[in-house]
Amino acid sequence: MIDLALDILSWILLTSGGVFVLIGGIGGLRLPNFYTRIHAASLTDTMATLLIFIGIILQAGFTLASLKLFAIMLFLLLTGPTATYALANAALLSGLKPDTGTAKDKTKENAPE
Amino acid sequence: MIYIFALFLLTLLVITAIAIVRAEDLFVAVILTSIFSLLMAINFFILDAADVALTEAAVGAGVTTVIFLCALALTGDQEKPQKQGQKVALVIVSILALVIIYSTFDNPQLGDPDAPVHQHVAPWYLEKTPEYMDFPNVVTAILSSFRGYDTLGEVFVVFAACIGVLFILGVSPPRKAMQVSVKKSGLRHHLIPQVVGRLLIPFIVLFGLYTQFHGEYGPGGGFQAGALIATGVILYALLEGEAEALRAVPRRVLLGMVVGGALLYGSVGVVCMLMGGAFLDYSVLAADPVWGQQLGILIIEAGVGMAVCGALLSIFHAFAARERVS
Repeated sequence: MIDLALDILSWILLTSGGVFVLIGGIGGLRLPNFYTRIHAASLTDTMATLLIFIGIILQAGFTLASLKLFAIMLFLLLTGPTATYALANAALLSGLKPDTGTAKDKTKENAPE
Repeated sequence: MIYIFALFLLTLLVITAIAIVRAEDLFVAVILTSIFSLLMAINFFILDAADVALTEAAVGAGVTTVIFLCALALTGDQEKPQKQGQKVALVIVSILALVIIYSTFDNPQLGDPDAPVHQHVAPWYLEKTPEYMDFPNVVTAILSSFRGYDTLGEVFVVFAACIGVLFILGVSPPRKAMQVSVKKSGLRHHLIPQVVGRLLIPFIVLFGLYTQFHGEYGPGGGFQAGALIATGVILYALLEGEAEALRAVPRRVLLGMVVGGALLYGSVGVVCMLMGGAFLDYSVLAADPVWGQQLGILIIEAGVGMAVCGALLSIFHAFAARERVS
């Protein structure tokens, strides 16, 4: 009974994680400018990683494998947002202005050179 | 199921390769090359070649990308437009591709136990590794003992590559460039990457040491460990600036590691000869031949790790130390 419940829960988590990856992918392709796109892409780093890894850990049960999975999840949760931050920061420093509207990127318009 | 996944990955690989060829921005091409290596690593992993996958991920996706980016910082990031000869190249490449695809029809199926490669010496290696070395990772046994000469050659290739790059790039720049004040490089004022990087670097180096000394029992060994530790130090250099990394691991130490690693490997072979065996025949190193093999493999893997780590870091520093030539 408890096994079945865990199985159902883990599949719900895995599916919703997959949905988040899909949303991130669509957003990365469809959103108008750079900052909105990395915002969408960062969704796969954080929310999808968390959901998918907890789903797999529930599948693996209380074993050494799930400990390793947990370590990998921690690593991804640390590095993913950092990479996104570094990317956004580098873009800002190279002169790409954040735009709240739906305007497309105008590259190197206000580069500090 | 795994076949579908592998096919998916191989399709992505082809798409990435075409994208690399078509990309005119070299920066994009470098990042795509990194993605290509990562996909290749996953492919190797599907084929159960965990050792190669680890090397490909660490060297191909990690260190090479950074070295490429350093090279791009020295030159430009746009490809020179090339107009003539494209049609001829396309025709030649298409013909070659057709020939290669045609030749694959005669290949044995993936995982076919009757394939020639599984009939020749592989069964002997699989059978003798537990008897001679008494550890489970046959890849390490083949790499460092059965085919120790090949690996010695590889280490000397790494050594020669490092010396070659240092000869070309290590020349001290002309006087004018010397007067450029040493500016603070690295991401010093970026707090978040720095904090996270500081948290991760010890674990990266620890994992490198683990792959170094666990190579007999799991995937890993000198090449992977050297590359992983080099990645850790390169990450430090990117975060804190190249000068700080050189202060932590000076150039002399790096050169000593390259030379010492190659020398250590070779001298193990000579010691084997002095103790009455053949060159690189580790069985004579200890009273018990199995212990001798294990000791020899441990030492030469350490030599390989030192040489690879030193060479990668020396090449990185050789690129990073140059001022931009415009």
